[in-house]
Amino acid sequence: MLAAPPAGGPGVLRRHAVALGFLVPAAVVLSLWIVYPTIYTIVSSFYGKDGFSYGKGFGHGFVGIDNYKSIFTTSILVTAIKNSAIWILVAPATVTAIGLVFAVLTERIRWAVAFKSIVFMPMAISLFATGVIWHVMYIKDPSQGAVNAGIGAVKSWFTTPGALSSASPSTPALTGSADKGYVLHKTVAAGGIAELGLTAIPPTDVPASAKQAATPQPKPGAIDGVVWRDFKPGGGTPGKVEQGELGLPGVVVELFDPSGKKVQSATTGADGSFEFSGVKGAGYKTGIGAATFAKPFAGVSWLGSRLITPSIIIAYIWVWAGFAMVVIGAGLAAISREVLEAARTDGATEWQVFRRITVPMLAPVLSVVFITMLINVLKVFDIVVSIAPGSTQSDASVIAVQMWRQSFGGVNDFGLGSAIAVFLFILVVPVLLLNVRRFRREV
Amino acid sequence: MKKNKVAILAIVGVLLLAVTAYASAKSTKSSTASASKIAIVGVWSGDEQKSFEAVLKGFMTKNPSISVSYKSTGDNTPTVLSTAVAGGNPPDLASVSQPGLVNDFQKKGALKNIDYARSALNANYPPDISKIGVIKGHVYGLLIKGANKSTVWYNVAAFKNAGVKAPTTWPQFLKAAKTLKASGTDAYSIGGADGWTLTDLFENIYLRQAGPAKYDALSHHTIKWTDASVKKALSSMALVIGDTGNIAGGTAGALQTDFPTSVTNVFTSTPKAAQVIEGDFVPGVVASSNKLKPVSGYNVFPFPAIGNTQNYVEGGGDELMAFRDTPAIRALVKYLATGAAQTIWAKRGGYTAPAKTVPASAYPDAITRTTASAVGKAKAFKFDLSDLQPASFGGTVGQGEYKIFQDFLKNPKNVNGIAASLESAAAKAYKSGK
Repeated sequence: MLAAPPAGGPGVLRRHAVALGFLVPAAVVLSLWIVYPTIYTIVSSFYGKDGFSYGKGFGHGFVGIDNYKSIFTTSILVTAIKNSAIWILVAPATVTAIGLVFAVLTERIRWAVAFKSIVFMPMAISLFATGVIWHVMYIKDPSQGAVNAGIGAVKSWFTTPGALSSASPSTPALTGSADKGYVLHKTVAAGGIAELGLTAIPPTDVPASAKQAATPQPKPGAIDGVVWRDFKPGGGTPGKVEQGELGLPGVVVELFDPSGKKVQSATTGADGSFEFSGVKGAGYKTGIGAATFAKPFAGVSWLGSRLITPSIIIAYIWVWAGFAMVVIGAGLAAISREVLEAARTDGATEWQVFRRITVPMLAPVLSVVFITMLINVLKVFDIVVSIAPGSTQSDASVIAVQMWRQSFGGVNDFGLGSAIAVFLFILVVPVLLLNVRRFRREV
Repeated sequence: MKKNKVAILAIVGVLLLAVTAYASAKSTKSSTASASKIAIVGVWSGDEQKSFEAVLKGFMTKNPSISVSYKSTGDNTPTVLSTAVAGGNPPDLASVSQPGLVNDFQKKGALKNIDYARSALNANYPPDISKIGVIKGHVYGLLIKGANKSTVWYNVAAFKNAGVKAPTTWPQFLKAAKTLKASGTDAYSIGGADGWTLTDLFENIYLRQAGPAKYDALSHHTIKWTDASVKKALSSMALVIGDTGNIAGGTAGALQTDFPTSVTNVFTSTPKAAQVIEGDFVPGVVASSNKLKPVSGYNVFPFPAIGNTQNYVEGGGDELMAFRDTPAIRALVKYLATGAAQTIWAKRGGYTAPAKTVPASAYPDAITRTTASAVGKAKAFKFDLSDLQPASFGGTVGQGEYKIFQDFLKNPKNVNGIAASLESAAAKAYKSGK
């Protein structure tokens, strides 16, 4: 580009000075903030917990490749590497696919701009804030977590929780379980009394109409009994109807004959009493059905150790799908309509047009999105830290999170932290090379 | 063209050299602090910062020639200090919540001992507390703000509803939990998403069951985590965390409950649980999220005694350490160890004085009087054990003690397995020193 300058002339110096003037600021910035830290980190990765220190010289704290060995032998780091692999396999492809579908679909719907704006909106939120939002949405308790509240609402169309969902028997005289209902172990004969004591009932679950519990008088030819909240402040004596203990009205009590067949059912009154009349003989059992104890929906453990990584990936896709859609949408707008029209005229179905023409023509754009996501996913950090509760931080961990945890985020081992950083850098390099090559091709 | 490239490369190289040379020159340069100016950095921010500055003001009125400045570095204090020490320019004094940092900096030779404060310590501090910052016979850390982690906070209405009184012994405590369950309120709210709530529970049990001597031995890892005393304490702990039906949200719920939520679970009008076992910082959370009033709405009792262990306190706090030694710094450190200085802070609230010479009447309310004066009159005061461990074992989210105790919460029957995991993680951390 330069004509051969006359050697030693003043023009050369000036030209060099101008070129240098332009280069120096960039060179300074680059060396201060990129080159120097990179070299320092690489050197530190071969040192112990304090990293490399100028004051102490090269010999102090040198550990060779121990830090790199730890990366592959420490269980929490191995988990992080595995999780990062899952992220790489799942997230970029899913984001690109969803972006493609959205982009193609928005071309055909009427409210395209509104739809695009909504899908793109999560991009305006910082990833950390996104994490906090999704953490709250994923909370297990359906009264707090939106996702479980939704599932609970759907479930409640099919099942309703029982009136005494938290109750349990006050004595071992009642056997069974909340899923099968409780049955009084002892058989009752006609003219007998059945006392079904329940406990662990919050005061708010006791109906307002409840009165002092009372054991009814035995009647010939009938089985009488009481269902009551076998608790008074201080505990009381379990299994005994005492002053201050309330009957439980509205409970359906079932009567089983000696063969185990259900023969009658009765509902308790305000003092918890019930009566089965017209009973003959002995060997009857009384019990309360499972419906009374049916538990309300407890919520899915989205933040538990098993689902935490998929949960975070979903949140991540929610954020990035909009970006993918916009970029792919731009690529789509640039595709020549004539080719598509020609294919349709030739009788191709919409699926064939999509599969054989749109996607191949979009390939360069798709690869941009995919590679961008790949790099993004490798360094994913804030969303993991903010969604996973402390108890599943280790299950959700990825390489970038461990880079921070082992250095600044608790352990204060700067040697190991540097080694993880270098490892991450090595992972990113192939993707970067791919990107650089693509840029070159495009130029 | 080629010449240009060479020139540019040369310039970049020179720049790089200059940068590294500058950096290395800087680290060897020694900084000199003026004798009459003292710079402190520390963890206290907000109200705590204002209160500490009020204490400093008390010093400066007495010593008008010395000016003391305090800068809050909050949670970043360890990083800030590490960087400052590595750069050869530490502050004069620093307050930290991690006693491990005091050890670290002492080992690096960055600290000056504060043996000159010994007489002030002996006069003002209970023996156990004055020993806290002692390393190899010299005082390097001065506990300046105490914390009482041997407290259980309860919902007064829930206790009344169950007819339960604040228990004082371990059997009473377990019995009360059963009664609470029968009354329809779960007894425990556990913030298991934060591993430290679990280590605190273990440490409280261990201190009382195994005694202070074993506690010290375990904190220095001179006995193993597979020791019979550890297993016994784990089994006792399992009586609480294994009582799944009696924990708000059950085991899975507890694992996802962070500490603030574990507090709000207890102190609402329809509580999910009756009590939460945590330190004297609980009221701060109650105040920020609930309308319950102290004493009538929520109250506190000391962690129940196991055997003859009344007034045993497991606690923590912030230590002051000195990076320089000047007459002015000596005067300030001695002043901060006195009851008079700490009374200034105590009166402003939100503070537990380690000095026994701070009168209970200095505290602004009944609850602080209970929790704070327990520290000054503690029969045994032991620093939070997990805080004394190497950070990779005792202080990092998702690994070490935090993670293993969360696994214990998940499966409270696995006492032997948990003890073995703790031992192998501790051994690894002690071996590498991190």
